[in-house]
Amino acid sequence: MHDLRAHATQHHGPPQSFIRKYIFSTDHKVIGKQYYGLGLVAVFVGMGLSWIMRLHLGWTDLRIPGLAWLSPNGAPGGVLTPEYYLQLMTMHATFMVFFVLTVAPFAAFGNFFLPIQVGAEDMPFPHINMMSFWVTFVAFCILVSSFFFSDGPALSGWTAYAPLSAVGAVAGPGQGVGQVLWALSIAVFCVGQLLGSLNFIPTTLDMRAKGLSLSRMPLTVWAWFITSCMGLTAFAVLMPACILLIMDHVVGTSFFIPSNLVVSGQIQPHSGGSTLLWQHLFWFFGHPEVYIAIVPAMGIVSHVLVTFMRRPLLSYKVVIGSMLSLAFLSYMVYGHHMFVSGMNPISSLVFSFPTLIITIPSTILVLIWLGSLYRSRLRITTASLFALGFISMFITGGVSGFFLAQPPIDIMVHATYFVVGHFHFVMAVAAIFGIFSGTYFWFPKMFGRMMSERLGKLHFWLTFVGVYCIFMPFHYLGLAGNVRRYQAFVDDYTMNLIPIHRFATVAALFTGAVQLIFLYNLVHSRFWGEKAPDNPWESTSLEWSTTSPPPYDNFGGRHPIVYHDPYQYGVQSATGSDYIMQDSPEEEQPEAAETNR
Amino acid sequence: MAKLLAVTIVIIAALSAVPILRHTWEPPPDISREGPAIDHQIDETMKEAGICFLAGQVVLALMIWAYAGRGREHKIGKLPGGALGMVILAFLIVGTEVIILGAVSSKVWAQVYFAPLKPGAVAVQVQAQQFAFYFRYPGPDGVFGPIHPDLINDATENFFGLDTDRDPASRDDIVTAEMAIPVNREIQLMMHARDLSHSFYVPALRIQQDFVPGLDLSIHFTANKIGRYEIVCTQLCGLGHYNMKAYLDVMSESDYNDWLKKEAALQ
Repeated sequence: MHDLRAHATQHHGPPQSFIRKYIFSTDHKVIGKQYYGLGLVAVFVGMGLSWIMRLHLGWTDLRIPGLAWLSPNGAPGGVLTPEYYLQLMTMHATFMVFFVLTVAPFAAFGNFFLPIQVGAEDMPFPHINMMSFWVTFVAFCILVSSFFFSDGPALSGWTAYAPLSAVGAVAGPGQGVGQVLWALSIAVFCVGQLLGSLNFIPTTLDMRAKGLSLSRMPLTVWAWFITSCMGLTAFAVLMPACILLIMDHVVGTSFFIPSNLVVSGQIQPHSGGSTLLWQHLFWFFGHPEVYIAIVPAMGIVSHVLVTFMRRPLLSYKVVIGSMLSLAFLSYMVYGHHMFVSGMNPISSLVFSFPTLIITIPSTILVLIWLGSLYRSRLRITTASLFALGFISMFITGGVSGFFLAQPPIDIMVHATYFVVGHFHFVMAVAAIFGIFSGTYFWFPKMFGRMMSERLGKLHFWLTFVGVYCIFMPFHYLGLAGNVRRYQAFVDDYTMNLIPIHRFATVAALFTGAVQLIFLYNLVHSRFWGEKAPDNPWESTSLEWSTTSPPPYDNFGGRHPIVYHDPYQYGVQSATGSDYIMQDSPEEEQPEAAETNR
Repeated sequence: MAKLLAVTIVIIAALSAVPILRHTWEPPPDISREGPAIDHQIDETMKEAGICFLAGQVVLALMIWAYAGRGREHKIGKLPGGALGMVILAFLIVGTEVIILGAVSSKVWAQVYFAPLKPGAVAVQVQAQQFAFYFRYPGPDGVFGPIHPDLINDATENFFGLDTDRDPASRDDIVTAEMAIPVNREIQLMMHARDLSHSFYVPALRIQQDFVPGLDLSIHFTANKIGRYEIVCTQLCGLGHYNMKAYLDVMSESDYNDWLKKEAALQ
């Protein structure tokens, strides 16, 4: 196989100018930080949008200060119009799913740490890597710009179902220019992520240090590798789907629009299209996408937990096998988003079975994590708290999946707050907890300074309780039949549910405010945090064998050689510690520990 | 701090279970023939999911309580059964549940979707549009007149685009803004989307079905309790989506026939 390592070494000297160092950098570490910064901006924007949504849901006539200035048409007098609520909702979800959950655990941490964890100086195609960030950034700008054009952003949800998303401005505010900009943004985003996958995969396969076999790769590397393979196939379907959607708008095609639709009194000049086709294309991407969001977080949590349990997981191979199974099965389950869509009811049953079966690898992972805690030496740090919190959230989000996987139950809870509760637990909370865990864990390595553990633990406690207060009630709302994507609740049978919404709103505002503690900790520590040692957590993988932060070429001219699997904990090292670094030539001496493979 | 986390996890798990155990917030009471099977399936799943949820959180809490802060003087131990045990447990618990839940839910689904239409069913067409439902009854000839999109005119209340001058089948069609059906009679609901995707959700009937623009589909059900119930749209269709609703009146056979006559006179 062509040796890409030589290629990366020869053509990749240290940059000199400010622009090449910090802006258009080909250094994977800078690109990782850029992605992280993008994710940070996106998450605060998305969270701000959710505050406005939740305030409106709790108190529909509330005048929200500043909103009239931001959008005189969308919020005259500070009161959200129905369309603006949907527009903010669409943007909230789009920012969060794409620019936070795909960017942070995968593109941000993956870019920074994948090459280092495999012992490489950089990715094999640094310029393509740089392009992947800037293309993603352009996608972000296109999405943000949709706030400022015409009658605002799209209102069809992040799922953009046709024909609402396809027929154009006649369907409502934001459905003309706003929808086209949405589709363009997402298509460009797909390109950015495909470019990223083009680097992640050869880095993993071709750039590994001597001695680092596939079975010695940290679980984070496996997670990023599996995710990038999923990304190749998933984004490669969404991108053309978005292009077809744009064509329906701009060129007059009818991929997603059947004949004889009468929208706002006008017969639409389209025929021959299929609305269900959009759903199939979207969800073929959409379900693997949620695993693209969670698998890196699973890898991070596994890696962090092992460090702080001071022992390997019960089985490295079973964890990898489970992540691979999740990735594989994720393509077979997508129709569970379409049980009552009007597709053949037999198809619903066909999709239901793998949806139930995918619970098995998820359960195996949870049991492996729980079982590995048994008789471990668990250290409590902010990183490990968020990793433990992840397990709690994943259990909660996972069991609500039991309901949604069964078509007859989905009849009752489809498009209700039950679904919203489910996906917020597994994505908004569990995946975010994975990002937080990774942040507190790797911040010292990325920036050479420690974050405040005191503030970190406060952040954890308030967030952990806060998110349960926000999202657990959503399940009750859904079971009672409370429909989602409503800007107000006017149905008789939901009147008694409004107090729950108000409770969730208060919890959301509180929990959102708590994230300012995290932001303060991040910024303050970046400049004034205590200087970090090379290996503050006594961790074994290769990133901890170099300086904090790493030098330009990651290892200061050294080419690490790997002698051990990634999780030599609970061993007797020659220096007296209970772990052996992957690149340490000393032999493994089990203490009383039993290492499991 | 670890012990506090363990206790917090258990308290949160317990508090989360309380509204479920007390049935604090429930869907409207079921009024359909197929509903009890769906409700039963939800109840059974709730038991299993509830046990998994509580057990998972309690085990997590126990592990944190017992093993946080242990130093090197404590041996690291292997869980009896190891990874293989966990895999077998996952297959046993989840696999069994999957098979049982999957098998039973398939049966319930089949009752809803694959049961043949009973003879003598009452045919009603529902049309979804931004942002209202309209209903059409075929009249004494039992035939729905064709829809002409070019004749649709909401201002003149020709919501369906009927040509009563040229289509005899349309002349006796009865178009209403509310849906009325006789109790204990099979209803064939024919679903037509005029513009975009919508959905027909009647929580009391335990029915939710999306409309598919370009594809008229039908479902059937039987309501077994007289009363007035809400029909709401659940498929995002634009700015009025939240307010897109109609009422379903389930009546005695005689009241239904009277209602139909009254509506026919208003056409």
